[in-house]
Amino acid sequence: MSATAVHSLWTTAAEPIDRIKAPDIEYAQLAPVLIIVGAAIVGLLLEAFLPRKARYHAQVFLTLLALAASFAAVIGLAQAGYGTSKVNIAAMGAIAIDGPTLFLQGTILLASVVAVFTFAERRLDPEAHGNRIDSFAAQAASVPGSEGEKAAVRAGFTTTEVYPLVLFAVAGLLVFPAANDLLTLFIALEVFSLPLYLLCALARRKRLLSQEAAVKYFLLGAFSSAFLLFGIALLYGYAGSVSYARIADVVDGSVRTIDPVLADTMGNDALLLIGGALILMGLLFKVGAVPFHMWTPDVYQGAPTPVTGFMAAATKVAAFGALLRLLYVVLPGLSWDWRPVMWAVAIVTMLGGAIVAITQTDIKRLLAYSSIAHAGFILAGVVAVTPKGVSSVLFYLGAYSFVTIGAFAVVTLVRDAGGEATHLSKWAGLGRRSPLVAAVFAVFLLAFAGIPLTSGFSGKFAVFSAAAEGGAGALVVVGVISSAIAAFFYIRVIVLMFFSEPKADGPTVAVPSGMTVAAIGLGVVVTLVLGVAPQYFLDLANQAGTFVR
Amino acid sequence: MSPVNYLYLAALLFTIGAVGVLIRRNAIVVFMCIELMLNACNLALVAFSRMHGNLDGQIIAFFTMVVAAAEVVVGLAIIVSLFRSRHSASVDDASLMKL
Repeated sequence: MSATAVHSLWTTAAEPIDRIKAPDIEYAQLAPVLIIVGAAIVGLLLEAFLPRKARYHAQVFLTLLALAASFAAVIGLAQAGYGTSKVNIAAMGAIAIDGPTLFLQGTILLASVVAVFTFAERRLDPEAHGNRIDSFAAQAASVPGSEGEKAAVRAGFTTTEVYPLVLFAVAGLLVFPAANDLLTLFIALEVFSLPLYLLCALARRKRLLSQEAAVKYFLLGAFSSAFLLFGIALLYGYAGSVSYARIADVVDGSVRTIDPVLADTMGNDALLLIGGALILMGLLFKVGAVPFHMWTPDVYQGAPTPVTGFMAAATKVAAFGALLRLLYVVLPGLSWDWRPVMWAVAIVTMLGGAIVAITQTDIKRLLAYSSIAHAGFILAGVVAVTPKGVSSVLFYLGAYSFVTIGAFAVVTLVRDAGGEATHLSKWAGLGRRSPLVAAVFAVFLLAFAGIPLTSGFSGKFAVFSAAAEGGAGALVVVGVISSAIAAFFYIRVIVLMFFSEPKADGPTVAVPSGMTVAAIGLGVVVTLVLGVAPQYFLDLANQAGTFVR
Repeated sequence: MSPVNYLYLAALLFTIGAVGVLIRRNAIVVFMCIELMLNACNLALVAFSRMHGNLDGQIIAFFTMVVAAAEVVVGLAIIVSLFRSRHSASVDDASLMKL
């Protein structure tokens, strides 16, 4: 007789205790994010174990490989029908895999590839002590102008940590528009914000400006994310859950079982309205809309220009994705309350960005204010609250991000002894000295201005027609007026470049490597293709314009 | 005691933190005020969690703590680098970029 058989004489086996069920994780659907996070961690290990000389090539290769693999995963998901014929909510309700998610993830990844090309550029400055140098500080920890910094430059140090940092930021950016509960939204926001704060501080030249920009961005960013978190707490208090679908149900009043506590908090509209407003504040800060735009010019000016291009494109895409999902999935039942507010924000953003841009004398600040004005144009599409509103915003984001990265890449080329010559007076006569660079920059400026046959025109036409159909005709009028104001200063820069005499001590135009050429070239191609033949991409955005709930 | 009182306390702490961010001039103190705001959020989350009788709010509070810790790492690194190059952590002195 075996032992258990003997024991069973005086014991009986209890029912097995229910095991805690392991969460289901759909790894294939999360692959775009997982690839990027994995590569970022590998990148950190490379930093730890590779000798300095080998790091640059290894990191650039790894980063581009990861971005390409992740983009392939997004395409694979789209081929499998996600976003068009089927949608899913993955990772136990945390991540929505639907059309807007895949479209925006694809856009973010392509924009990041182009941005990484500009990060990896090492031919703009002459070699120092036999080492090629890029846009990033030799050693971020050394004090600007100190002996330590000079020693680091002599030794040929470079901050190759920027590549893992970019990958972490991209991971957060990919999750941000896909987040399907408020906790994921908050964590994704922090995951992309923290690396960006650091990247802003890492400029090789004008390091004081760069550090100042990083401090401002960090303090204001953390401030705004605290507001976002308090809004999350209030919405959680209102609905008793952080899941988007559940909150939407509670807002609509279509929940099945209501316990006394939920009945109590559901009746409290203050929780809902203040909570929603605080979350909107957090997102509008990241978007750079006008009452919350103060950080944009300083950070865009002080950050290393490749980082500025990356931020201006990818962050804006992700933040608008999250904003769309919040307004269209969580708070559509509240649209009578948020639409007037967003109307007002869109109007002041369009006008404010365009008007203040006129007075700017620094090209990076000028582009920063122009990006604020563009945020206003995109918000005009957001307030439409129609399917066309979603698809027009998606299209605009795709068109805008490549123009922006291209424009900032051109800014890196125009240099004098102190690094980039960003003051507008130095750009005078650039068209005579280097017609090609000036012509390319003119194309980007015309796209920003929304001149026909550029992507800016197709994008603006899409959002404004969506806004008009959605009953926001007044917004369209304001949008056209502020486009006209904005066109004035874009044209002024073009006139300055082509029709004024070059100065004797003017800047030189650096001859870049193939990577910056590729970034700028891709920007021009996308600008012209989306301007001349936008229909395929508009259809793509149309197909992708349905959220999962 | 009713959990609602904790919500009032959370709102009060959040306001104190927000006002502190706006009026204090030392970057470290500003940053501490932001941490106070995050902790006020935690208090609100835990109070709501208790009211609703589910654990979501408490779990979010843990995530918030981790985020706050990560923010300290990044934030202090940036503020210290600014201090070392300027010998001042005043947010008013950092004004190289104006128009």
